[in-house]
Amino acid sequence: MLDDVDDDRRGFLKCMAWAGTGALFALGGGVATSVGLDSALAAPLKTAPTQPFTFVQLSDSHIGFNKPPNADARATFREAVAKVKALPQQPDFIIHTGDVSQLSRDDEFDDADQILKEAGLPVFFVPGEHDMLDPDGGKAFLNRFGKGAKGDGWYSFDHRGVHFIALVNVADLKPGGMGNLGAEQLKWLKADLAGRHSSTPIVVFAHIPLWTVYADWGWGTDDATEAMKLLARFGSVTVLNGHIHQITQKVEGKVAFHTARSTAFPQPAPGTAPSPGPLKVPTEQLHSMLGITDAVFVRGSERIALIDSTLA
Amino acid sequence: MNRAFKILSLQAAALVTGGLMMTTVSVATHAAVAPAATVVRIDNFSFNTPLVTIKAGTTVTWVNGDDIPHTVVATNGAFKSKVLDTDDRFSFTFAKPGQFSYFCSLHPHMTGKIVVKA
Repeated sequence: MLDDVDDDRRGFLKCMAWAGTGALFALGGGVATSVGLDSALAAPLKTAPTQPFTFVQLSDSHIGFNKPPNADARATFREAVAKVKALPQQPDFIIHTGDVSQLSRDDEFDDADQILKEAGLPVFFVPGEHDMLDPDGGKAFLNRFGKGAKGDGWYSFDHRGVHFIALVNVADLKPGGMGNLGAEQLKWLKADLAGRHSSTPIVVFAHIPLWTVYADWGWGTDDATEAMKLLARFGSVTVLNGHIHQITQKVEGKVAFHTARSTAFPQPAPGTAPSPGPLKVPTEQLHSMLGITDAVFVRGSERIALIDSTLA
Repeated sequence: MNRAFKILSLQAAALVTGGLMMTTVSVATHAAVAPAATVVRIDNFSFNTPLVTIKAGTTVTWVNGDDIPHTVVATNGAFKSKVLDTDDRFSFTFAKPGQFSYFCSLHPHMTGKIVVKA
Protein backbone atom coordinates (compact mmCIF):
# COMPACT_ATOMS: atom_id res chain seq x y z
CA MET A 1 0.00 0.00 0.00
CA LEU A 2 2.73 2.38 1.07
CA ASP A 3 4.77 1.28 -1.92
CA ASP A 4 1.88 2.20 -4.18
CA VAL A 5 1.64 5.62 -2.63
CA ASP A 6 5.37 6.14 -2.99
CA ASP A 7 5.25 4.98 -6.52
CA ASP A 8 2.44 7.36 -7.31
CA ARG A 9 4.28 10.16 -5.61
CA ARG A 10 7.47 9.41 -7.52
CA GLY A 11 5.47 9.24 -10.71
CA PHE A 12 3.86 12.53 -9.91
CA LEU A 13 7.14 14.24 -9.08
CA LYS A 14 8.71 12.89 -12.22
CA CYS A 15 5.86 14.32 -14.23
CA MET A 16 6.08 17.64 -12.53
CA ALA A 17 9.79 17.74 -13.18
CA TRP A 18 9.06 17.20 -16.82
CA ALA A 19 6.21 19.69 -16.91
CA GLY A 20 7.75 22.18 -14.58
CA THR A 21 7.17 25.82 -15.03
CA GLY A 22 7.82 27.29 -18.41
CA ALA A 23 8.53 30.80 -19.40
CA LEU A 24 5.64 30.53 -21.83
CA PHE A 25 3.17 27.95 -20.70
CA ALA A 26 3.28 26.13 -17.39
CA LEU A 27 1.43 22.88 -16.82
CA GLY A 28 1.92 23.04 -13.07
CA GLY A 29 1.47 26.75 -12.63
CA GLY A 30 -1.08 29.43 -13.25
CA VAL A 31 -2.70 30.56 -16.44
CA ALA A 32 -0.35 30.47 -19.37
CA THR A 33 1.06 33.46 -21.09
CA SER A 34 1.82 33.90 -24.75
CA VAL A 35 4.70 35.83 -26.19
CA GLY A 36 5.92 36.55 -29.70
CA LEU A 37 7.20 33.61 -31.70
CA ASP A 38 10.78 34.74 -32.22
CA SER A 39 11.62 35.48 -28.60
CA ALA A 40 9.65 32.45 -27.47
CA LEU A 41 11.64 30.07 -29.58
CA ALA A 42 14.95 31.73 -28.81
CA ALA A 43 14.63 31.59 -25.01
CA PRO A 44 14.11 27.89 -24.31
CA LEU A 45 16.36 26.67 -27.09
CA LYS A 46 19.44 28.52 -25.83
CA THR A 47 19.35 26.77 -22.47
CA ALA A 48 18.04 23.39 -23.59
CA PRO A 49 20.56 20.63 -22.85
CA THR A 50 18.88 18.27 -25.30
CA GLN A 51 17.26 18.88 -28.63
CA PRO A 52 13.55 19.48 -28.02
CA PHE A 53 10.89 18.08 -30.25
CA THR A 54 8.06 20.17 -31.46
CA PHE A 55 4.79 19.68 -33.23
CA VAL A 56 2.41 22.22 -34.69
CA GLN A 57 -1.34 22.50 -34.27
CA LEU A 58 -3.36 23.84 -37.19
CA SER A 59 -7.11 24.22 -36.82
CA ASP A 60 -10.31 25.26 -38.50
CA SER A 61 -8.95 25.76 -42.00
CA HIS A 62 -12.54 25.76 -43.37
CA ILE A 63 -11.29 25.21 -46.93
CA GLY A 64 -14.13 26.45 -49.16
CA PHE A 65 -15.12 29.36 -46.90
CA ASN A 66 -15.27 32.50 -49.04
CA LYS A 67 -17.40 35.06 -47.22
CA PRO A 68 -16.53 38.09 -45.09
CA PRO A 69 -14.07 38.47 -43.47
CA ASN A 70 -12.09 36.02 -45.64
CA ALA A 71 -12.77 35.65 -49.35
CA ASP A 72 -10.23 32.84 -49.68
CA ALA A 73 -9.67 30.42 -46.82
CA ARG A 74 -7.35 28.39 -49.09
CA ALA A 75 -4.94 31.31 -49.32
CA THR A 76 -4.76 31.88 -45.57
CA PHE A 77 -4.31 28.13 -44.97
CA ARG A 78 -1.42 28.16 -47.44
CA GLU A 79 0.08 31.09 -45.50
CA ALA A 80 -0.25 29.09 -42.28
CA VAL A 81 1.55 26.12 -43.84
CA ALA A 82 4.26 28.46 -45.14
CA LYS A 83 4.66 29.75 -41.60
CA VAL A 84 5.16 26.19 -40.37
CA LYS A 85 7.81 25.62 -43.03
CA ALA A 86 9.61 28.77 -41.91
CA LEU A 87 9.83 27.75 -38.24
CA PRO A 88 13.48 27.66 -37.15
CA GLN A 89 12.87 24.37 -35.37
CA GLN A 90 11.02 22.11 -37.79
CA PRO A 91 8.20 20.23 -36.08
CA ASP A 92 8.12 16.44 -36.13
CA PHE A 93 4.53 16.52 -37.33
CA ILE A 94 1.35 18.57 -37.59
CA ILE A 95 -1.98 17.94 -35.91
CA HIS A 96 -5.11 19.40 -37.47
CA THR A 97 -7.90 19.78 -34.94
CA GLY A 98 -10.80 19.73 -37.35
CA ASP A 99 -13.04 21.74 -39.62
CA VAL A 100 -10.56 20.99 -42.37
CA SER A 101 -13.33 21.82 -44.86
CA GLN A 102 -16.32 24.13 -44.93
CA LEU A 103 -18.85 21.67 -46.42
CA SER A 104 -17.08 18.26 -46.59
CA ARG A 105 -16.80 18.53 -50.38
CA ASP A 106 -14.24 16.39 -52.19
CA ASP A 107 -12.57 19.42 -53.77
CA GLU A 108 -12.24 21.06 -50.35
CA PHE A 109 -10.60 17.96 -48.87
CA ASP A 110 -8.40 17.69 -52.00
CA ASP A 111 -7.18 21.25 -51.67
CA ALA A 112 -6.53 20.92 -47.94
CA ASP A 113 -4.52 17.77 -48.64
CA GLN A 114 -2.50 19.45 -51.40
CA ILE A 115 -1.74 22.55 -49.34
CA LEU A 116 -0.68 20.45 -46.33
CA LYS A 117 1.68 18.45 -48.54
CA GLU A 118 3.64 21.67 -49.04
CA ALA A 119 4.80 21.31 -45.42
CA GLY A 120 6.30 17.89 -46.16
CA LEU A 121 5.38 16.63 -42.68
CA PRO A 122 3.15 13.87 -41.32
CA VAL A 123 -0.30 15.19 -40.38
CA PHE A 124 -2.69 13.74 -37.80
CA PHE A 125 -6.35 14.75 -38.06
CA VAL A 126 -9.54 14.78 -36.08
CA PRO A 127 -12.79 15.85 -37.78
CA GLY A 128 -14.81 18.96 -36.96
CA GLU A 129 -18.56 19.17 -37.50
CA HIS A 130 -17.94 20.73 -40.93
CA ASP A 131 -16.13 17.54 -41.95
CA MET A 132 -19.19 15.36 -41.25
CA LEU A 133 -21.47 16.84 -43.91
CA ASP A 134 -21.15 14.31 -46.72
CA PRO A 135 -24.24 12.11 -47.26
CA ASP A 136 -22.57 9.30 -45.29
CA GLY A 137 -21.98 11.48 -42.25
CA GLY A 138 -18.19 11.70 -42.16
CA LYS A 139 -17.10 8.76 -44.32
CA ALA A 140 -15.52 11.07 -46.92
CA PHE A 141 -13.28 12.58 -44.25
CA LEU A 142 -12.46 9.21 -42.67
CA ASN A 143 -11.57 7.58 -45.99
CA ARG A 144 -9.08 10.33 -46.69
CA PHE A 145 -7.72 11.48 -43.32
CA GLY A 146 -8.74 8.79 -40.84
CA LYS A 147 -7.39 5.55 -42.25
CA GLY A 148 -6.85 3.03 -39.48
CA ALA A 149 -8.80 5.07 -36.94
CA LYS A 150 -11.47 3.52 -34.74
CA GLY A 151 -15.18 4.34 -34.71
CA ASP A 152 -15.83 7.85 -36.01
CA GLY A 153 -12.10 8.56 -36.27
CA TRP A 154 -10.45 8.21 -32.85
CA TYR A 155 -6.98 6.74 -32.34
CA SER A 156 -3.78 7.13 -30.34
CA PHE A 157 -0.06 6.98 -31.00
CA ASP A 158 3.22 7.42 -29.15
CA HIS A 159 5.96 9.84 -30.07
CA ARG A 160 9.23 10.14 -28.15
CA GLY A 161 7.65 9.03 -24.91
CA VAL A 162 4.56 11.21 -25.22
CA HIS A 163 1.18 9.51 -25.69
CA PHE A 164 -1.08 11.34 -28.16
CA ILE A 165 -4.85 10.69 -28.14
CA ALA A 166 -7.11 11.89 -30.96
CA LEU A 167 -10.76 12.10 -29.89
CA VAL A 168 -13.89 12.78 -31.95
CA ASN A 169 -16.62 14.86 -30.31
CA VAL A 170 -18.58 15.96 -33.40
CA ALA A 171 -20.36 12.69 -34.31
CA ASP A 172 -23.92 11.77 -33.41
CA LEU A 173 -24.59 15.04 -31.59
CA LYS A 174 -27.69 15.13 -29.37
CA PRO A 175 -30.48 17.73 -29.67
CA GLY A 176 -29.97 20.51 -27.17
CA GLY A 177 -26.48 19.27 -26.35
CA MET A 178 -22.89 20.29 -27.06
CA GLY A 179 -19.97 18.14 -28.24
CA ASN A 180 -20.27 14.43 -27.50
CA LEU A 181 -17.73 11.62 -27.15
CA GLY A 182 -20.16 8.77 -26.58
CA ALA A 183 -19.97 5.54 -24.58
CA GLU A 184 -18.09 3.53 -27.21
CA GLN A 185 -15.26 6.05 -27.47
CA LEU A 186 -14.99 6.44 -23.69
CA LYS A 187 -14.75 2.67 -23.37
CA TRP A 188 -11.95 2.67 -25.93
CA LEU A 189 -10.19 5.52 -24.10
CA LYS A 190 -10.31 3.60 -20.84
CA ALA A 191 -8.71 0.57 -22.50
CA ASP A 192 -6.17 2.77 -24.28
CA LEU A 193 -5.00 4.32 -21.00
CA ALA A 194 -5.04 1.10 -18.99
CA GLY A 195 -1.56 -0.06 -18.10
CA ARG A 196 0.13 3.21 -19.00
CA HIS A 197 2.31 4.66 -16.29
CA SER A 198 0.92 7.83 -14.79
CA SER A 199 4.20 9.58 -15.53
CA THR A 200 3.56 9.27 -19.27
CA PRO A 201 2.93 12.75 -20.66
CA ILE A 202 -0.43 12.82 -22.42
CA VAL A 203 -1.58 15.10 -25.22
CA VAL A 204 -5.29 14.88 -26.06
CA PHE A 205 -6.64 16.61 -29.13
CA ALA A 206 -10.22 17.00 -30.33
CA HIS A 207 -12.21 19.60 -32.26
CA ILE A 208 -14.72 21.04 -29.77
CA PRO A 209 -13.25 22.15 -26.44
CA LEU A 210 -13.18 19.38 -23.82
CA TRP A 211 -14.23 21.86 -21.18
CA THR A 212 -17.22 24.18 -21.21
CA VAL A 213 -16.05 27.50 -22.60
CA TYR A 214 -19.58 28.83 -23.24
CA ALA A 215 -22.62 26.58 -23.00
CA ASP A 216 -25.02 29.04 -24.67
CA TRP A 217 -23.09 28.62 -27.92
CA GLY A 218 -22.50 24.90 -27.44
CA TRP A 219 -18.80 25.48 -26.80
CA GLY A 220 -18.12 22.43 -24.70
CA THR A 221 -18.44 18.64 -24.63
CA ASP A 222 -21.26 17.06 -22.65
CA ASP A 223 -19.38 13.96 -21.50
CA ALA A 224 -15.87 15.46 -21.32
CA THR A 225 -15.81 14.99 -17.55
CA GLU A 226 -15.94 11.22 -18.13
CA ALA A 227 -12.80 11.46 -20.24
CA MET A 228 -11.09 13.76 -17.74
CA LYS A 229 -11.79 11.26 -14.94
CA LEU A 230 -9.91 8.62 -16.92
CA LEU A 231 -7.00 11.06 -17.37
CA ALA A 232 -6.95 12.28 -13.77
CA ARG A 233 -4.17 9.95 -12.57
CA PHE A 234 -1.67 11.23 -15.14
CA GLY A 235 0.86 13.81 -14.05
CA SER A 236 0.86 15.83 -17.24
CA VAL A 237 -2.09 16.21 -19.58
CA THR A 238 -2.28 18.78 -22.36
CA VAL A 239 -5.65 19.20 -24.09
CA LEU A 240 -5.62 20.90 -27.50
CA ASN A 241 -8.85 21.97 -29.19
CA GLY A 242 -10.15 24.24 -31.95
CA HIS A 243 -13.74 25.08 -32.96
CA ILE A 244 -14.00 28.50 -31.33
CA HIS A 245 -11.44 30.27 -33.58
CA GLN A 246 -9.68 32.08 -30.74
CA ILE A 247 -7.22 31.33 -27.98
CA THR A 248 -8.57 30.36 -24.61
CA GLN A 249 -6.63 28.49 -21.99
CA LYS A 250 -6.80 27.35 -18.44
CA VAL A 251 -4.89 25.09 -16.09
CA GLU A 252 -6.79 22.81 -13.77
CA GLY A 253 -4.58 20.70 -11.53
CA LYS A 254 -2.30 18.72 -13.80
CA VAL A 255 -4.34 19.42 -16.93
CA ALA A 256 -3.66 22.30 -19.30
CA PHE A 257 -6.44 23.22 -21.73
CA HIS A 258 -5.80 25.32 -24.81
CA THR A 259 -7.74 26.27 -27.95
CA ALA A 260 -6.05 27.42 -31.16
CA ARG A 261 -6.83 30.18 -33.59
CA SER A 262 -8.40 29.31 -36.94
CA THR A 263 -6.53 29.80 -40.20
CA ALA A 264 -9.77 30.99 -41.86
CA PHE A 265 -11.74 33.50 -39.78
CA PRO A 266 -12.05 34.66 -36.16
CA GLN A 267 -15.15 34.20 -34.03
CA PRO A 268 -16.39 36.53 -31.30
CA ALA A 269 -15.45 36.12 -27.65
CA PRO A 270 -18.17 34.26 -25.72
CA GLY A 271 -21.35 36.27 -25.39
CA THR A 272 -20.00 39.39 -27.12
CA ALA A 273 -22.15 38.98 -30.26
CA PRO A 274 -25.67 37.76 -31.09
CA SER A 275 -24.19 34.51 -32.43
CA PRO A 276 -20.87 32.72 -32.81
CA GLY A 277 -20.82 33.48 -36.56
CA PRO A 278 -17.68 34.81 -38.27
CA LEU A 279 -16.30 38.02 -36.81
CA LYS A 280 -16.32 40.39 -39.77
CA VAL A 281 -13.11 42.24 -39.09
CA PRO A 282 -11.53 44.63 -41.63
CA THR A 283 -9.20 42.96 -44.15
CA GLU A 284 -6.12 44.64 -42.69
CA GLN A 285 -6.94 43.15 -39.29
CA LEU A 286 -7.73 39.60 -40.43
CA HIS A 287 -4.22 38.15 -40.40
CA SER A 288 -3.63 39.26 -36.83
CA MET A 289 -6.59 37.08 -35.77
CA LEU A 290 -5.55 33.91 -37.61
CA GLY A 291 -2.68 31.70 -36.59
CA ILE A 292 -0.92 28.50 -35.67
CA THR A 293 0.16 26.91 -32.39
CA ASP A 294 3.66 25.53 -31.94
CA ALA A 295 4.10 23.01 -29.12
CA VAL A 296 7.66 22.68 -27.82
CA PHE A 297 8.70 19.76 -25.60
CA VAL A 298 12.03 20.13 -23.90
CA ARG A 299 13.04 17.29 -21.64
CA GLY A 300 15.63 17.98 -19.01
CA SER A 301 14.97 21.68 -19.10
CA GLU A 302 11.60 20.89 -17.54
CA ARG A 303 9.57 22.78 -20.01
CA ILE A 304 6.53 22.47 -22.19
CA ALA A 305 5.53 25.47 -24.19
CA LEU A 306 2.58 26.21 -26.43
CA ILE A 307 3.42 29.17 -28.58
CA ASP A 308 0.66 30.88 -30.51
CA SER A 309 1.63 33.07 -33.40
CA THR A 310 -0.52 34.95 -35.88
CA LEU A 311 -0.36 35.14 -39.67
CA ALA A 312 0.22 38.89 -39.47
CA MET B 1 -75.95 35.19 -76.54
CA ASN B 2 -72.49 36.60 -76.11
CA ARG B 3 -73.71 39.24 -73.76
CA ALA B 4 -75.70 36.79 -71.65
CA PHE B 5 -72.64 34.51 -71.42
CA LYS B 6 -70.51 37.42 -70.27
CA ILE B 7 -72.96 38.25 -67.51
CA LEU B 8 -73.03 34.63 -66.45
CA SER B 9 -69.25 34.58 -66.43
CA LEU B 10 -69.14 37.67 -64.28
CA GLN B 11 -71.60 36.11 -61.89
CA ALA B 12 -69.50 32.95 -61.79
CA ALA B 13 -66.38 35.01 -61.15
CA ALA B 14 -68.16 36.86 -58.37
CA LEU B 15 -69.21 33.57 -56.84
CA VAL B 16 -65.68 32.23 -57.01
CA THR B 17 -64.32 35.42 -55.49
CA GLY B 18 -66.92 35.23 -52.75
CA GLY B 19 -65.99 31.64 -52.11
CA LEU B 20 -62.32 32.52 -51.85
CA MET B 21 -63.12 35.34 -49.47
CA MET B 22 -65.13 32.97 -47.31
CA THR B 23 -62.24 30.52 -47.29
CA THR B 24 -59.91 33.30 -46.26
CA VAL B 25 -62.25 34.31 -43.48
CA SER B 26 -62.56 30.75 -42.23
CA VAL B 27 -58.78 30.38 -42.10
CA ALA B 28 -58.43 33.74 -40.39
CA THR B 29 -60.75 32.62 -37.60
CA HIS B 30 -58.18 29.96 -36.66
CA ALA B 31 -55.69 32.64 -35.69
CA ALA B 32 -53.20 30.27 -34.06
CA VAL B 33 -52.92 28.07 -37.11
CA ALA B 34 -50.47 29.07 -39.83
CA PRO B 35 -51.45 28.93 -43.53
CA ALA B 36 -50.63 25.94 -45.75
CA ALA B 37 -47.06 27.07 -46.26
CA THR B 38 -44.84 28.58 -43.63
CA VAL B 39 -41.22 29.64 -43.39
CA VAL B 40 -38.80 29.22 -40.50
CA ARG B 41 -35.73 31.40 -40.90
CA ILE B 42 -32.36 30.42 -39.48
CA ASP B 43 -30.49 33.50 -38.29
CA ASN B 44 -27.76 33.97 -35.70
CA PHE B 45 -27.53 30.26 -34.98
CA SER B 46 -31.20 29.94 -34.04
CA PHE B 47 -34.54 28.98 -35.55
CA ASN B 48 -36.35 32.32 -35.43
CA THR B 49 -39.71 30.74 -34.66
CA PRO B 50 -38.67 27.78 -32.55
CA LEU B 51 -42.28 26.66 -32.01
CA VAL B 52 -44.62 26.58 -35.00
CA THR B 53 -48.19 25.21 -35.00
CA ILE B 54 -49.60 24.17 -38.38
CA LYS B 55 -52.46 22.20 -39.91
CA ALA B 56 -51.79 18.79 -41.38
CA GLY B 57 -50.81 19.13 -45.03
CA THR B 58 -48.80 22.30 -44.45
CA THR B 59 -45.35 22.64 -45.98
CA VAL B 60 -42.66 24.17 -43.78
CA THR B 61 -39.60 25.70 -45.46
CA TRP B 62 -36.43 26.47 -43.55
CA VAL B 63 -34.13 29.16 -44.99
CA ASN B 64 -30.57 29.57 -43.75
CA GLY B 65 -29.65 33.25 -43.44
CA ASP B 66 -26.32 32.59 -41.66
CA ASP B 67 -22.80 32.65 -43.10
CA ILE B 68 -22.31 29.23 -41.56
CA PRO B 69 -24.01 26.04 -42.77
CA HIS B 70 -26.77 24.41 -40.74
CA THR B 71 -29.00 21.35 -40.99
CA VAL B 72 -32.59 20.60 -40.00
CA VAL B 73 -32.92 17.11 -38.52
CA ALA B 74 -36.01 15.63 -36.86
CA THR B 75 -35.23 13.95 -33.55
CA ASN B 76 -37.50 11.03 -34.49
CA GLY B 77 -35.98 10.68 -37.96
CA ALA B 78 -39.11 11.93 -39.80
CA PHE B 79 -37.06 14.36 -41.90
CA LYS B 80 -33.44 15.34 -42.43
CA SER B 81 -32.14 18.12 -44.65
CA LYS B 82 -28.90 18.09 -46.54
CA VAL B 83 -26.42 20.68 -45.37
CA LEU B 84 -27.89 24.16 -45.94
CA ASP B 85 -25.33 26.75 -46.93
CA THR B 86 -26.17 30.46 -46.94
CA ASP B 87 -29.66 31.08 -48.44
CA ASP B 88 -30.24 27.35 -49.05
CA ARG B 89 -33.73 26.03 -48.31
CA PHE B 90 -35.26 22.81 -47.11
CA SER B 91 -38.99 22.00 -47.25
CA PHE B 92 -41.03 19.26 -45.65
CA THR B 93 -44.79 18.68 -45.85
CA PHE B 94 -46.36 17.49 -42.63
CA ALA B 95 -49.12 15.13 -43.75
CA LYS B 96 -50.21 13.85 -40.36
CA PRO B 97 -50.83 15.39 -36.94
CA GLY B 98 -48.12 15.08 -34.33
CA GLN B 99 -45.22 16.82 -32.64
CA PHE B 100 -41.89 17.01 -34.41
CA SER B 101 -38.87 18.18 -32.45
CA TYR B 102 -35.87 19.01 -34.59
CA PHE B 103 -32.33 20.40 -34.28
CA CYS B 104 -29.23 21.38 -36.24
CA SER B 105 -26.89 18.39 -36.27
CA LEU B 106 -23.86 20.70 -36.54
CA HIS B 107 -24.88 23.00 -33.71
CA PRO B 108 -27.19 20.87 -31.58
CA HIS B 109 -27.96 23.68 -29.16
CA MET B 110 -30.18 24.97 -31.99
CA THR B 111 -33.57 23.30 -31.49
CA GLY B 112 -37.15 23.80 -32.67
CA LYS B 113 -40.52 22.10 -32.75
CA ILE B 114 -43.38 21.79 -35.25
CA VAL B 115 -46.82 20.97 -33.82
CA VAL B 116 -49.15 19.56 -36.51
CA LYS B 117 -52.87 19.66 -35.79
CA ALA B 118 -55.60 17.77 -37.63
